[in-house]
Amino acid sequence: MDPKIKSACETCEHFNANGLKRMGVQTDNVDFVVALAGNPNTGKSTVFNALTGLRQHTGNWPGKTVTRAEGGFEYNDQKYKLVDLPGTYSLLSTSDDEQAARDFILFGKPNVTVIVADANRLERNLNLVLQILEITDKAVLCLNLMDEAERNDISIDVRTLARDLGIPVVPTSARYNKGIPDLIQTISGIANGTIECKPHRIKNVPSNVESAVKKLAEKVKEAFPNIPNSRWIAFRLLEGDTQIINALKKGEFV
Amino acid sequence: MSDKNIDHIIELSNELRWQIGDDFHDTLTESIYADAADIVKDTVDDRQSKKRFRLDAKIDKIVTSKIFGFPIMFLILGVVLWITIIGANYPSSLLAELLLDKIHPALKSGAASINMPWWLDGFLIDGVYLAVAWVIAVMLPPMAIFFPLFTLLEDFGYLPRVAFNLDSLFKRSGAHGKQALTMSMGFGCNAAGVVATRIIDSPRERLIAIITNNFSLCNGRWPTQILIATIFIGAIAPKGMSSFVSLLAVIGIAVLGMAFMFGTSWALSKTVLKGEVSTFHLELPPYRPPRFWRTLYTSLIDRTIIVLWRAIVFAAPAGAVIWLISNIHISGDSIAAILIDSFNPFGYLLGLNGVILLAYIVAIPANEIVIPTILMLTVLVTGISAGNGAGVMFELDSMNATGDLLRAGGWTLLTAINLMLFSLLHNPCSTTIYTIYKETKSVKWTTVASIMPVILGFVVTFLVAQVWRILV
Repeated sequence: MDPKIKSACETCEHFNANGLKRMGVQTDNVDFVVALAGNPNTGKSTVFNALTGLRQHTGNWPGKTVTRAEGGFEYNDQKYKLVDLPGTYSLLSTSDDEQAARDFILFGKPNVTVIVADANRLERNLNLVLQILEITDKAVLCLNLMDEAERNDISIDVRTLARDLGIPVVPTSARYNKGIPDLIQTISGIANGTIECKPHRIKNVPSNVESAVKKLAEKVKEAFPNIPNSRWIAFRLLEGDTQIINALKKGEFV
Repeated sequence: MSDKNIDHIIELSNELRWQIGDDFHDTLTESIYADAADIVKDTVDDRQSKKRFRLDAKIDKIVTSKIFGFPIMFLILGVVLWITIIGANYPSSLLAELLLDKIHPALKSGAASINMPWWLDGFLIDGVYLAVAWVIAVMLPPMAIFFPLFTLLEDFGYLPRVAFNLDSLFKRSGAHGKQALTMSMGFGCNAAGVVATRIIDSPRERLIAIITNNFSLCNGRWPTQILIATIFIGAIAPKGMSSFVSLLAVIGIAVLGMAFMFGTSWALSKTVLKGEVSTFHLELPPYRPPRFWRTLYTSLIDRTIIVLWRAIVFAAPAGAVIWLISNIHISGDSIAAILIDSFNPFGYLLGLNGVILLAYIVAIPANEIVIPTILMLTVLVTGISAGNGAGVMFELDSMNATGDLLRAGGWTLLTAINLMLFSLLHNPCSTTIYTIYKETKSVKWTTVASIMPVILGFVVTFLVAQVWRILV
C-alpha cells in the first residue's frame, strides 16, 4: 500500500468517530474503565446509550437508574468499559446512592470520569463537579442538554469554563447525538494521557481550615506517596469519615 | 497485606478537627457553593433567559394545584385507558382471527396428516399453542398502546408531578412520597414497580412500597377489568353511555386499588413497620417534549416485547396444565371438574364460583391468562359446545358470545363485580413474588406480600356478596 499523507478528514474527530464500535454489554478485556457521574435527570443514561449503542430505558424523572448499568465501546482499537453511576447531587452525605457513586470513583479507579451536567442549571450542577474534581484529576465535563439551553437563551462560555475547571468541557445534546464524537475523542485523549487535566481545587476555604487541610494532606502524602487525592482525603479525615479511615489503613487508595 | 500504621495521621486529624471547630462540614459546603458561583459568574450568560422556565412554572402551577391536580391526573389516566380500550379492539380481533381461526385449524390438520397421536396433538396444539396465541391476541394490542403512551408521559416529565400531588397522602399513611413513582411503574408491571422501589432509601418505607405495589392494577389485569366491565357493567347502562360507564368502572377499580395501597401502608406503618417518615427532596424536572418515534421504539423493545415474552413463557406451560387437568379422568370425572366442584361452596361464599378460583390457581404464573382459563373451564362444566372441546382455550368471536357463555355458567352482575375486585385483590403473579424475594431477601416479607392481598380479597368479596344478597 502506498504511504499516503493523511488527509484533513483522517485527523478530524468526526472522521475518527467512524472508528467507533459500539459493543453493547460486551465488556471483556477492556483497556480503560470510564465512569459516568452527574446529578439526577441530566441525561446520563442518554449519554450512556449514545456511547454504547445500548437502549437503557431513559425517563424524565430523577432516580430512574436504580441499578448500575455497564456497557462498552471500542474506539481506535481500544476497548472502553462504561459504568453508569446513580445520579447524585453531592458526594458528602451517606445515602446509599451517593456512597455507591463515590466508592466507584474512589476505589473503582476509573481511567476517566465523565461528569454529565445540565447546561441549564450549571451552578447547581457544579457542586457535584467540584467535589468529583477533588477526588480524581482525570475527568471531562459533558455539558449536556445544550439544545434546551439554547432554547432557553442561556449561553455558556465553554472555553473559559474549561480553563476555570482545569478539565476539558464538551457541549452535547445527547438526545440528538450531538457532541458525542467530541466526547469520545476527549475520553480517549484523557485515557491515553494526551490530554492533561489540572483540575480546579476548592478555593474559597477559610485560611485556618486551609492550613489544617494542607498540614494533614502533607502527612497523608508522606505515608502514601502515590496517592492522587491527598487533599480530599484530608477533608474526609477532618470530617471523621470512618470508612475513609479504614480504607486508608488497608491501603486501598494506592 | 497488613494494615498500615496511620495512627499519627488520625491523631493529627483529631487535633486539627478540634482547632477548626465543628462547623467544618458547613464551611466546606459553603466554599464549594462560593466557588461554583464564581465560575458561573464568569461563564454563563442567562440574562435573556427565564421565558421557558416561566412556562414550566405555569404548567406546574396547574397540574400540581390543590384544585386541578387530582382531576387532571384522573383525566389523563382516563384518556390513556380510553385510547387503549378503543384502540386495542380492532388489532385484537385481527390477531385472534389469524392465530385462532386460521393458524390453529391449519396446525390441527397438519398434525392429522402426519398421524400425530391425539394426546400429543391435544397437549401441544390445543394446550400450549392456544394458550400462547390467546395471550398474544389479547395482550399485545393493549400493551403496544398502553406502554408507549405511558412512556411518553414519563419522558414528558409528568410522573414526578404525580408524585408531588400524592406526596401528602403517602406521608399521611406513613409511607414515602416516592412510592407514588413506584406505584405508577406498577400500573405497567408489578415486578418492575418492585424493582423501582430501590429509589427509596429508608428500608422501612421501601418494604411498605414493595408490599403494597400489588394494589397497582398491572398490565396483566387491565384487560380482565376492561372485558368484564364491558360485558356486565356496560350492559346495564343505557345505550350510548355503556362504554363510558365501563370506563368509569375500570377507573373506579384502579382508584380503589390506590385506596387500598394507602390504607395498607397506613396499617403497616402503625403496626409492624413503625417509624418516622423520612423527608426527601424531589426535583420537578423540566418538561421535555418527548422524541416521539424513538420513545415508541424503545418502549416497544424495552417493555412490550419483554412483558409479552414473559407472558408467553408462562402461558405455554399453563395451557398444557389446563389441557391435562381437563383430559385426565379419575373415576369418570376430569381432575378439573373434581376441583371445580370442591371449590364451588367456598366460591359461592365469596360471590364467585369454583371455576374462577381454579382459574386463579392455574394463572398464578401470569394474570394474563385468567380470562381464557375461566372461559375454557366454564365450557367444561356447563357442557356448552362453544369452543373446540375439553381443555381447549379459545376466543369467542364477540363479547356478546363471551357474555352469554358466562351467564350460562351462572354468572350474575355480582359475580362480575366480585371478579373485578378479586382481580385487584389477590396474590401477585409468580414473577412478582420472585422479584419481591430477590429485593427483600426475606421469606417472611415475601410471604406477607403474597398472602395479605388474597386474604383482603377474600374478606372484601365475602362482604360484598353478603350485603348484595341481603339487598338484592
